[in-house]
Amino acid sequence: MHALWRLAAVSAATICGIVSAAGIEDGEKRSGFDFMTPETQALQADDMSNPGMLWVLQGEQLWQQAEGRADVACAGCHDNASRTMRGVAARYPAFEAARGRPIDLAGRINSCRAERQQAEALAPESDALLALTAYVAHQSRGMPITPATDPRLAPFRDNGRRLFQSRIGQLDLSCASCHDDNWGKRLGGSVIPQAHPTGYPLYRLEWQTVGSLQRRLRNCMVGVRAEPFAFGAPELVDLELHLTERARGLLVETPAVRP
Amino acid sequence: MMRVAFLALMGLQLAASPGAGEETGSYVVTGDAIMQPLVGGKGDPARGGALISDRQRSLCTLCHSGPFPDAHLHGTLAPDLTGVGARLSGGQIRLRVVDMKRLAPNTIMPSYYRVADEQGRRVATAWRSKPILSGADIEDIVAYLASLKG
Ligand code: HEC
Ligand code: HEC
Repeated sequence: MHALWRLAAVSAATICGIVSAAGIEDGEKRSGFDFMTPETQALQADDMSNPGMLWVLQGEQLWQQAEGRADVACAGCHDNASRTMRGVAARYPAFEAARGRPIDLAGRINSCRAERQQAEALAPESDALLALTAYVAHQSRGMPITPATDPRLAPFRDNGRRLFQSRIGQLDLSCASCHDDNWGKRLGGSVIPQAHPTGYPLYRLEWQTVGSLQRRLRNCMVGVRAEPFAFGAPELVDLELHLTERARGLLVETPAVRP
Repeated sequence: MMRVAFLALMGLQLAASPGAGEETGSYVVTGDAIMQPLVGGKGDPARGGALISDRQRSLCTLCHSGPFPDAHLHGTLAPDLTGVGARLSGGQIRLRVVDMKRLAPNTIMPSYYRVADEQGRRVATAWRSKPILSGADIEDIVAYLASLKG
């Protein structure tokens, strides 16, 4: 049964934070990485042991593979990802004029599949979509998160902030209740991080696989006994816009490891 | 503490639980307490002790520490409940579990005896139209916590 305790997987870390009523001060901004045990940090830091690297490698293969009725690979249009995709994940979600709303990285990959490759969309949380997203995001590893400044994003980002601050679920808690006001404290056995989307897609030990940011956000919603937004729902992209703004300046870690 | 002054102003009020499902009844708030049990009969402290430590049903130890098993899994989001029965009466404990928001409007502690189905809350289907705990569950917890004298 999904419940709040799913958020509170056993963890030995006991870092103590400071309560901040109105968001997080710049000097206090910390990645989820900083709240992990040294063992889990070491797992992420070493590419040979980081299980997320398997998805990055699979993504590298898919990048080269011709697909769809157009029989073209991602590389056919974008060439060498280490050059053309560098920095892209650091500024996503971006505004997509055709739809009149923001799109996240996985959404962009799927729209390239549909429009350029004329292939079927990859399912949310499928290995192929996670692998391609991880491969593209990995090209920005170490770069500071620098959200796009396109003014057309503003209303969506505002909606994301509103969602972040709204109490939901039977437990009547908001994202901010935990991640702005109580980060660094423990919920059961787990330290509450600041909710920075620095490492996605990432390998979560509890999942024993790689998952997207949307999967993480849905987990937190289920934890407070709320009906989670569906994968691909516009609200999840709006929330991501707010999260990237909060995380501005932190470094991209993809593929991260989390407990 | 500011809250003490605030509580003194509250006096006697009648609270009907909003959206009263079949499992929630109304109760009378006197000062910062609910003097009458929510359901007939005395709570069972042994059952209450087990329920407090039930991380999936009561969720208490996700936030609170106290004289309960598995201390390494206790949260640090809320006051330690050791000796709470010496600090608070049974009636005071009852109101805090039933509806802490009455005393601290911005608290993160869920209101355990309230149906929170309002528009926009997105309460998941499985939990809709019910309080987190039943009146009998809360009476068991009150009986147990009131017995923690030190
Ligand atoms: C009751 C507390 C609680 C609430 C409410 C909550 N979260 Fe979380 N969240 C957690 C905990 C605990 C973790 C860490 C889980 C772990 O590491 O095992 C977490 C992890 C995260 C992460 C991952 C950070 C990283 O380093 O990868 C993000 C992002 C996040 N939450 C966003 C949200 C959003 C958005 C909401 C609201 C829809 C929300 N959370 C609501 C407790 C909460
Ligand atoms: C999500 C967090 C959370 C959960 C779950 C929770 N509490 Fe609390 N509780 C708090 C906080 C925070 C306070 C302090 C009130 C405040 O200032 O907001 C509190 C205060 C209390 C108090 C008053 C303590 C004192 O010394 O004044 C009692 C009694 C209490 N809780 C009992 C319980 C019981 C019993 C449960 C489970 C049935 C429970 N709580 C679940 C967060 C929580």
